Amino acid sequence: MEHAISLFVRSIFADNMIFAFFLGMCSYLAVSKDVKTAAGLGVAVVFVQTITLPINYLLQVHVLTPMGLGYLSFILFIAVIAAITQLVEMIVEKFSPSLYNSLGIFLPLIAVNCAIMGGSLFMQQRVLLDAENVKAIANLGDAFAFAVGSGLGWMLAIVALAGIREKMEYNDVPKPLQGIGITFITVGLMALAFMCFSGLNI
Amino acid sequence: MLSKKTKEAFWGPLNINNPVVVQILGICSALAVTVQLKPALVMGISVTIIVALSNVVISLIRKSIPMRIRIIVQLVVVAALVTIVSEVLKAFAYDVAMQLSVYIGLIITNCILMGRLEAFAMTNNVGESLMDGLGNGFGYAWILVVVAFVRELLGSGKILGYQIIPDSWYIANGGLYENCGMMLMPAMALILVGCVIWIHRIANEEKK
Repeated sequence: MEHAISLFVRSIFADNMIFAFFLGMCSYLAVSKDVKTAAGLGVAVVFVQTITLPINYLLQVHVLTPMGLGYLSFILFIAVIAAITQLVEMIVEKFSPSLYNSLGIFLPLIAVNCAIMGGSLFMQQRVLLDAENVKAIANLGDAFAFAVGSGLGWMLAIVALAGIREKMEYNDVPKPLQGIGITFITVGLMALAFMCFSGLNI
Repeated sequence: MLSKKTKEAFWGPLNINNPVVVQILGICSALAVTVQLKPALVMGISVTIIVALSNVVISLIRKSIPMRIRIIVQLVVVAALVTIVSEVLKAFAYDVAMQLSVYIGLIITNCILMGRLEAFAMTNNVGESLMDGLGNGFGYAWILVVVAFVRELLGSGKILGYQIIPDSWYIANGGLYENCGMMLMPAMALILVGCVIWIHRIANEEKK
Protein backbone atom coordinates (compact mmCIF):
# COMPACT_ATOMS: atom_id res chain seq x y z
CA MET A 1 0.00 0.00 0.00
CA GLU A 2 2.75 2.44 1.00
CA HIS A 3 4.58 1.52 -2.15
CA ALA A 4 1.51 2.34 -4.27
CA ILE A 5 1.12 5.74 -2.58
CA SER A 6 4.78 6.55 -3.07
CA LEU A 7 4.50 5.50 -6.71
CA PHE A 8 1.46 7.73 -7.10
CA VAL A 9 3.13 10.82 -5.64
CA ARG A 10 6.39 10.23 -7.52
CA SER A 11 4.61 9.86 -10.85
CA ILE A 12 2.88 13.22 -10.36
CA PHE A 13 5.93 15.25 -9.34
CA ALA A 14 9.35 13.64 -9.71
CA ASP A 15 8.55 11.50 -12.76
CA ASN A 16 6.19 14.01 -14.33
CA MET A 17 5.33 12.91 -17.87
CA ILE A 18 5.91 16.37 -19.34
CA PHE A 19 8.79 17.79 -17.34
CA ALA A 20 10.89 14.67 -16.87
CA PHE A 21 10.12 12.67 -20.03
CA PHE A 22 8.56 15.12 -22.53
CA LEU A 23 5.69 12.76 -23.30
CA GLY A 24 2.54 14.07 -24.92
CA MET A 25 4.28 17.30 -25.96
CA CYS A 26 2.38 17.80 -29.24
CA SER A 27 -1.07 18.15 -27.76
CA TYR A 28 0.45 19.78 -24.67
CA LEU A 29 1.77 22.70 -26.72
CA ALA A 30 -1.16 22.84 -29.14
CA VAL A 31 -4.06 22.77 -26.66
CA SER A 32 -2.70 24.96 -23.87
CA LYS A 33 -4.05 28.32 -25.03
CA ASP A 34 -6.78 28.58 -22.40
CA VAL A 35 -7.33 26.93 -19.06
CA LYS A 36 -10.79 25.51 -19.74
CA THR A 37 -9.91 23.40 -22.80
CA ALA A 38 -6.61 22.44 -21.21
CA ALA A 39 -8.45 21.06 -18.17
CA GLY A 40 -10.85 19.19 -20.49
CA LEU A 41 -8.01 17.49 -22.31
CA GLY A 42 -6.31 16.79 -18.97
CA VAL A 43 -9.40 14.99 -17.66
CA ALA A 44 -9.62 12.95 -20.87
CA VAL A 45 -5.97 11.89 -20.55
CA VAL A 46 -6.37 10.87 -16.90
CA PHE A 47 -9.46 8.90 -17.88
CA VAL A 48 -7.91 6.98 -20.78
CA GLN A 49 -4.62 6.43 -18.95
CA THR A 50 -6.42 4.97 -15.91
CA ILE A 51 -8.24 2.46 -18.12
CA THR A 52 -5.56 1.47 -20.64
CA LEU A 53 -2.50 1.15 -18.39
CA PRO A 54 -3.92 -1.55 -16.04
CA ILE A 55 -5.28 -3.44 -19.07
CA ASN A 56 -1.87 -3.33 -20.74
CA TYR A 57 -0.32 -4.41 -17.43
CA LEU A 58 -2.55 -7.50 -17.31
CA LEU A 59 -1.74 -8.28 -20.94
CA GLN A 60 1.97 -7.88 -20.34
CA VAL A 61 2.06 -10.07 -17.23
CA HIS A 62 -0.47 -12.75 -18.15
CA VAL A 63 -0.26 -12.98 -21.94
CA LEU A 64 2.94 -11.56 -23.43
CA THR A 65 5.53 -12.70 -20.87
CA PRO A 66 4.36 -16.32 -20.32
CA MET A 67 4.07 -16.85 -24.07
CA GLY A 68 7.36 -15.14 -24.91
CA LEU A 69 5.69 -12.68 -27.27
CA GLY A 70 7.47 -9.60 -25.93
CA TYR A 71 8.25 -8.33 -29.41
CA LEU A 72 4.53 -7.98 -30.17
CA SER A 73 4.02 -5.53 -27.31
CA PHE A 74 4.09 -2.36 -29.47
CA ILE A 75 1.32 -3.56 -31.76
CA LEU A 76 -0.76 -4.97 -28.93
CA PHE A 77 -0.46 -1.87 -26.73
CA ILE A 78 -1.34 0.56 -29.50
CA ALA A 79 -4.28 -1.61 -30.56
CA VAL A 80 -5.59 -1.67 -26.97
CA ILE A 81 -5.16 2.10 -26.70
CA ALA A 82 -6.89 2.81 -30.02
CA ALA A 83 -9.74 0.42 -29.23
CA ILE A 84 -10.26 1.73 -25.68
CA THR A 85 -10.22 5.32 -26.89
CA GLN A 86 -12.88 4.47 -29.45
CA LEU A 87 -14.90 2.64 -26.79
CA VAL A 88 -14.61 5.45 -24.25
CA GLU A 89 -15.69 7.90 -26.92
CA MET A 90 -18.82 5.86 -27.69
CA ILE A 91 -19.71 5.32 -24.02
CA VAL A 92 -19.24 8.97 -23.10
CA GLU A 93 -21.32 10.01 -26.10
CA LYS A 94 -24.15 7.71 -25.01
CA PHE A 95 -24.25 8.41 -21.29
CA SER A 96 -22.99 11.94 -20.89
CA PRO A 97 -23.53 14.08 -23.99
CA SER A 98 -22.47 17.23 -22.14
CA LEU A 99 -19.07 15.77 -21.23
CA TYR A 100 -18.78 14.45 -24.79
CA ASN A 101 -19.40 17.90 -26.20
CA SER A 102 -16.78 19.50 -24.00
CA LEU A 103 -14.16 16.80 -24.67
CA GLY A 104 -15.37 16.28 -28.24
CA ILE A 105 -12.40 16.62 -30.53
CA PHE A 106 -9.80 15.66 -27.93
CA LEU A 107 -10.90 12.09 -27.32
CA PRO A 108 -9.84 10.62 -30.68
CA LEU A 109 -6.56 12.58 -30.46
CA ILE A 110 -5.63 10.78 -27.27
CA ALA A 111 -5.04 7.53 -29.19
CA VAL A 112 -1.83 9.09 -30.53
CA ASN A 113 -0.87 10.93 -27.34
CA CYS A 114 2.67 9.87 -26.39
CA ALA A 115 1.84 10.10 -22.69
CA ILE A 116 -0.59 7.18 -22.95
CA MET A 117 1.68 4.93 -25.00
CA GLY A 118 4.67 6.08 -22.95
CA GLY A 119 2.89 5.17 -19.72
CA SER A 120 2.37 1.63 -20.98
CA LEU A 121 5.98 1.33 -22.16
CA PHE A 122 7.33 2.58 -18.82
CA MET A 123 5.07 0.08 -17.09
CA GLN A 124 6.60 -2.64 -19.26
CA GLN A 125 10.10 -1.62 -18.08
CA ARG A 126 9.11 -1.22 -14.44
CA VAL A 127 7.52 -4.66 -14.19
CA LEU A 128 11.03 -6.09 -14.54
CA LEU A 129 12.48 -4.07 -11.63
CA ASP A 130 13.13 -5.54 -8.16
CA ALA A 131 10.28 -5.22 -5.68
CA GLU A 132 12.41 -2.93 -3.42
CA ASN A 133 12.97 -0.38 -6.18
CA VAL A 134 10.81 2.73 -5.66
CA LYS A 135 9.81 2.63 -9.32
CA ALA A 136 8.78 -1.03 -9.44
CA ILE A 137 5.27 -2.00 -10.45
CA ALA A 138 4.59 -5.32 -8.72
CA ASN A 139 0.84 -5.76 -8.89
CA LEU A 140 -2.36 -4.40 -10.39
CA GLY A 141 -2.75 -1.85 -7.57
CA ASP A 142 0.67 -0.37 -8.37
CA ALA A 143 -0.19 -0.21 -12.06
CA PHE A 144 -3.39 1.61 -11.18
CA ALA A 145 -1.59 4.08 -8.90
CA PHE A 146 1.03 4.78 -11.58
CA ALA A 147 -1.70 5.28 -14.21
CA VAL A 148 -3.70 7.79 -12.14
CA GLY A 149 -0.56 9.57 -10.97
CA SER A 150 1.00 10.01 -14.40
CA GLY A 151 -2.35 11.15 -15.82
CA LEU A 152 -2.79 13.71 -13.05
CA GLY A 153 0.80 14.89 -13.46
CA TRP A 154 0.15 15.54 -17.14
CA MET A 155 -3.08 17.38 -16.33
CA LEU A 156 -1.32 19.50 -13.70
CA ALA A 157 1.35 20.46 -16.24
CA ILE A 158 -1.07 21.45 -19.00
CA VAL A 159 -3.36 23.48 -16.72
CA ALA A 160 -0.35 25.32 -15.27
CA LEU A 161 1.04 26.14 -18.71
CA ALA A 162 -2.38 27.29 -19.94
CA GLY A 163 -2.61 29.62 -16.95
CA ILE A 164 0.80 31.12 -17.70
CA ARG A 165 0.04 31.49 -21.40
CA GLU A 166 -3.22 33.30 -20.65
CA LYS A 167 -1.28 35.85 -18.59
CA MET A 168 1.49 36.08 -21.17
CA GLU A 169 -0.94 37.36 -23.82
CA TYR A 170 -0.27 40.86 -22.49
CA ASN A 171 3.51 40.65 -22.41
CA ASP A 172 5.84 42.27 -24.89
CA VAL A 173 7.70 39.34 -26.45
CA PRO A 174 10.18 39.82 -29.36
CA LYS A 175 8.26 39.19 -32.56
CA PRO A 176 10.06 36.09 -33.92
CA LEU A 177 9.81 34.50 -30.48
CA GLN A 178 6.07 35.08 -30.11
CA GLY A 179 3.73 32.13 -29.87
CA ILE A 180 5.47 28.80 -29.91
CA GLY A 181 9.04 29.98 -29.29
CA ILE A 182 8.34 31.62 -25.96
CA THR A 183 6.11 28.69 -25.00
CA PHE A 184 9.08 26.34 -25.31
CA ILE A 185 11.21 28.56 -23.11
CA THR A 186 8.38 28.83 -20.58
CA VAL A 187 8.05 25.05 -20.43
CA GLY A 188 11.82 24.82 -20.01
CA LEU A 189 11.70 27.13 -17.00
CA MET A 190 8.76 25.18 -15.56
CA ALA A 191 10.75 21.98 -16.01
CA LEU A 192 13.64 23.56 -14.07
CA ALA A 193 11.24 24.37 -11.24
CA PHE A 194 9.89 20.81 -11.25
CA MET A 195 13.40 19.43 -10.96
CA CYS A 196 13.38 20.29 -7.28
CA PHE A 197 11.00 17.35 -6.83
CA SER A 198 13.54 14.90 -8.17
CA GLY A 199 15.16 14.63 -4.74
CA LEU A 200 11.80 13.73 -3.23
CA ASN A 201 12.03 10.60 -1.11
CA ILE A 202 8.90 9.05 0.32
CA MET B 1 13.36 13.73 -63.90
CA LEU B 2 11.59 14.78 -60.74
CA SER B 3 8.48 16.90 -61.03
CA LYS B 4 8.20 20.20 -59.22
CA LYS B 5 5.76 18.78 -56.70
CA THR B 6 8.06 15.90 -55.82
CA LYS B 7 10.97 18.27 -55.28
CA GLU B 8 8.83 20.46 -53.09
CA ALA B 9 7.68 17.42 -51.10
CA PHE B 10 11.35 16.73 -50.34
CA TRP B 11 12.83 20.21 -49.82
CA GLY B 12 9.85 21.88 -48.10
CA PRO B 13 10.11 19.97 -44.82
CA LEU B 14 13.86 20.58 -44.59
CA ASN B 15 13.42 24.28 -44.00
CA ILE B 16 10.22 26.24 -44.71
CA ASN B 17 7.86 23.52 -43.51
CA ASN B 18 10.11 21.84 -40.98
CA PRO B 19 8.07 19.32 -38.96
CA VAL B 20 9.77 20.18 -35.65
CA VAL B 21 10.29 23.93 -35.58
CA VAL B 22 7.43 25.07 -37.83
CA GLN B 23 4.69 22.49 -37.50
CA ILE B 24 5.69 21.58 -33.90
CA LEU B 25 5.25 17.84 -34.45
CA GLY B 26 7.24 15.00 -32.93
CA ILE B 27 8.58 17.11 -30.09
CA CYS B 28 8.52 14.41 -27.40
CA SER B 29 11.34 12.33 -28.78
CA ALA B 30 13.17 15.33 -30.26
CA LEU B 31 13.73 16.65 -26.75
CA ALA B 32 14.38 13.44 -24.89
CA VAL B 33 17.09 11.81 -26.99
CA THR B 34 19.32 14.86 -27.51
CA VAL B 35 21.62 14.61 -24.49
CA GLN B 36 24.27 13.04 -26.74
CA LEU B 37 24.85 13.11 -30.46
CA LYS B 38 24.95 9.36 -31.06
CA PRO B 39 21.44 8.43 -29.86
CA ALA B 40 20.12 11.54 -31.62
CA LEU B 41 21.65 10.35 -34.92
CA VAL B 42 20.26 6.84 -34.48
CA MET B 43 16.85 8.24 -33.61
CA GLY B 44 16.91 10.56 -36.64
CA ILE B 45 17.80 7.72 -38.99
CA SER B 46 15.19 5.38 -37.47
CA VAL B 47 12.43 7.97 -37.80
CA THR B 48 13.46 8.77 -41.40
CA ILE B 49 13.30 5.09 -42.38
CA ILE B 50 9.96 4.57 -40.65
CA VAL B 51 8.32 7.72 -42.05
CA ALA B 52 9.48 6.93 -45.59
CA LEU B 53 8.43 3.26 -45.49
CA SER B 54 5.08 3.82 -43.79
CA ASN B 55 4.32 6.61 -46.29
CA VAL B 56 5.02 4.16 -49.12
CA VAL B 57 2.94 1.36 -47.60
CA ILE B 58 -0.05 3.56 -46.81
CA SER B 59 0.18 5.21 -50.22
CA LEU B 60 0.12 1.76 -51.89
CA ILE B 61 -3.00 0.62 -50.05
CA ARG B 62 -4.67 4.03 -49.75
CA LYS B 63 -7.51 3.15 -52.13
CA SER B 64 -8.54 0.03 -50.23
CA ILE B 65 -8.52 1.46 -46.68
CA PRO B 66 -12.06 2.13 -45.39
CA MET B 67 -12.21 5.74 -44.18
CA ARG B 68 -13.74 4.88 -40.80
CA ILE B 69 -10.95 2.62 -39.58
CA ARG B 70 -8.03 4.33 -41.30
CA ILE B 71 -6.41 5.48 -38.04
CA ILE B 72 -6.17 1.91 -36.75
CA VAL B 73 -4.82 0.66 -40.09
CA GLN B 74 -2.18 3.40 -40.07
CA LEU B 75 -1.25 2.64 -36.47
CA VAL B 76 -0.82 -1.07 -37.19
CA VAL B 77 1.41 -0.39 -40.22
CA VAL B 78 3.55 2.00 -38.19
CA ALA B 79 3.68 -0.30 -35.16
CA ALA B 80 4.85 -3.20 -37.35
CA LEU B 81 7.66 -1.07 -38.85
CA VAL B 82 8.69 0.26 -35.44
CA THR B 83 8.83 -3.29 -34.08
CA ILE B 84 11.19 -4.28 -36.90
CA VAL B 85 13.46 -1.27 -36.33
CA SER B 86 13.47 -1.87 -32.59
CA GLU B 87 14.44 -5.53 -32.98
CA VAL B 88 17.20 -4.61 -35.47
CA LEU B 89 18.59 -1.99 -33.07
CA LYS B 90 18.54 -4.44 -30.17
CA ALA B 91 20.46 -6.93 -32.31
CA PHE B 92 23.14 -4.64 -33.76
CA ALA B 93 23.36 -1.59 -31.49
CA TYR B 94 22.28 -2.81 -28.08
CA ASP B 95 23.76 0.01 -25.99
CA VAL B 96 22.13 2.74 -28.10
CA ALA B 97 18.82 0.84 -28.01
CA MET B 98 19.03 0.80 -24.19
CA GLN B 99 19.84 4.52 -24.11
CA LEU B 100 16.82 5.33 -26.28
CA SER B 101 14.69 2.99 -24.10
CA VAL B 102 10.99 3.75 -24.53
CA TYR B 103 11.52 6.46 -27.12
CA ILE B 104 11.98 3.93 -29.93
CA GLY B 105 8.56 2.48 -29.11
CA LEU B 106 7.18 5.98 -28.94
CA ILE B 107 7.95 6.55 -32.63
CA ILE B 108 4.54 4.88 -33.10
CA THR B 109 2.82 7.85 -31.54
CA ASN B 110 5.19 10.39 -33.09
CA CYS B 111 2.89 13.05 -34.49
CA ILE B 112 5.06 13.46 -37.61
CA LEU B 113 4.11 9.96 -38.74
CA MET B 114 0.38 10.27 -38.27
CA GLY B 115 0.46 13.79 -39.66
CA ARG B 116 2.26 12.78 -42.86
CA LEU B 117 0.14 9.67 -43.34
CA GLU B 118 -3.08 11.61 -42.94
CA ALA B 119 -2.10 14.74 -44.81
CA PHE B 120 0.06 13.33 -47.59
CA ALA B 121 0.22 9.57 -48.10
CA MET B 122 -3.57 9.11 -48.08
CA THR B 123 -3.96 11.35 -51.13
CA ASN B 124 -0.70 11.11 -53.12
CA ASN B 125 1.09 8.50 -55.22
CA VAL B 126 3.95 6.29 -54.08
CA GLY B 127 6.90 8.27 -55.48
CA GLU B 128 5.79 11.57 -54.00
CA SER B 129 4.96 9.92 -50.68
CA LEU B 130 8.45 8.43 -50.51
CA MET B 131 10.09 11.82 -51.12
CA ASP B 132 7.77 13.48 -48.61
CA GLY B 133 8.65 10.84 -46.02
CA LEU B 134 12.40 11.25 -46.62
CA GLY B 135 12.11 15.05 -46.50
CA ASN B 136 10.24 15.03 -43.22
CA GLY B 137 12.56 12.44 -41.73
CA PHE B 138 15.66 14.50 -42.58
CA GLY B 139 13.93 17.70 -41.46
CA TYR B 140 13.36 16.05 -38.09
CA ALA B 141 16.86 14.57 -37.95
CA TRP B 142 18.79 17.78 -38.54
CA ILE B 143 17.05 19.61 -35.70
CA LEU B 144 17.89 16.67 -33.42
CA VAL B 145 21.52 16.77 -34.52
CA VAL B 146 21.84 20.53 -33.95
CA VAL B 147 20.33 20.36 -30.45
CA ALA B 148 22.31 17.25 -29.51
CA PHE B 149 25.56 18.81 -30.83
CA VAL B 150 25.17 21.87 -28.59
CA ARG B 151 24.11 19.83 -25.57
CA GLU B 152 26.89 17.28 -25.82
CA LEU B 153 29.61 19.86 -26.58
CA LEU B 154 28.68 22.25 -23.78
CA GLY B 155 27.33 19.65 -21.37
CA SER B 156 30.15 17.11 -21.39
CA GLY B 157 32.81 18.60 -23.69
CA LYS B 158 32.52 15.70 -26.11
CA ILE B 159 31.29 15.03 -29.64
CA LEU B 160 30.11 11.49 -30.41
CA GLY B 161 31.84 10.38 -27.23
CA TYR B 162 35.27 11.86 -28.17
CA GLN B 163 36.73 14.52 -25.88
CA ILE B 164 36.86 17.85 -27.75
CA ILE B 165 37.66 20.32 -24.97
CA PRO B 166 41.31 19.67 -23.97
CA ASP B 167 41.69 18.07 -20.54
CA SER B 168 44.18 20.71 -19.43
CA TRP B 169 41.51 23.45 -19.70
CA TYR B 170 39.48 22.02 -16.81
CA ILE B 171 39.61 23.55 -13.35
CA ALA B 172 40.52 20.13 -11.93
CA ASN B 173 43.70 20.22 -14.03
CA GLY B 174 44.54 23.84 -13.31
CA GLY B 175 42.57 25.43 -16.18
CA LEU B 176 39.60 27.79 -16.16
CA TYR B 177 36.96 25.69 -17.92
CA GLU B 178 34.01 23.82 -16.42
CA ASN B 179 31.32 21.79 -18.18
CA CYS B 180 27.86 23.32 -18.11
CA GLY B 181 25.89 20.66 -16.23
CA MET B 182 22.64 22.50 -16.97
CA MET B 183 22.87 21.37 -20.59
CA LEU B 184 22.39 17.74 -19.57
CA MET B 185 19.11 18.49 -17.85
CA PRO B 186 15.79 18.03 -19.65
CA ALA B 187 14.88 21.70 -19.23
CA MET B 188 17.71 22.93 -21.46
CA ALA B 189 16.46 20.85 -24.39
CA LEU B 190 13.23 22.84 -24.33
CA ILE B 191 15.03 26.16 -24.10
CA LEU B 192 17.43 25.22 -26.92
CA VAL B 193 14.58 24.18 -29.22
CA GLY B 194 12.92 27.49 -28.35
CA CYS B 195 16.09 29.28 -29.47
CA VAL B 196 16.29 27.22 -32.71
CA ILE B 197 12.70 28.27 -33.48
CA TRP B 198 13.65 31.87 -32.76
CA ILE B 199 16.66 31.82 -35.12
CA HIS B 200 14.72 29.91 -37.78
CA ARG B 201 11.95 32.51 -37.75
CA ILE B 202 14.36 35.43 -37.97
CA ALA B 203 16.12 33.77 -40.93
CA ASN B 204 12.90 33.10 -42.79
CA GLU B 205 11.50 36.53 -42.03
CA GLU B 206 14.36 38.08 -44.03
CA LYS B 207 13.69 35.87 -47.05
CA LYS B 208 10.13 37.18 -47.36
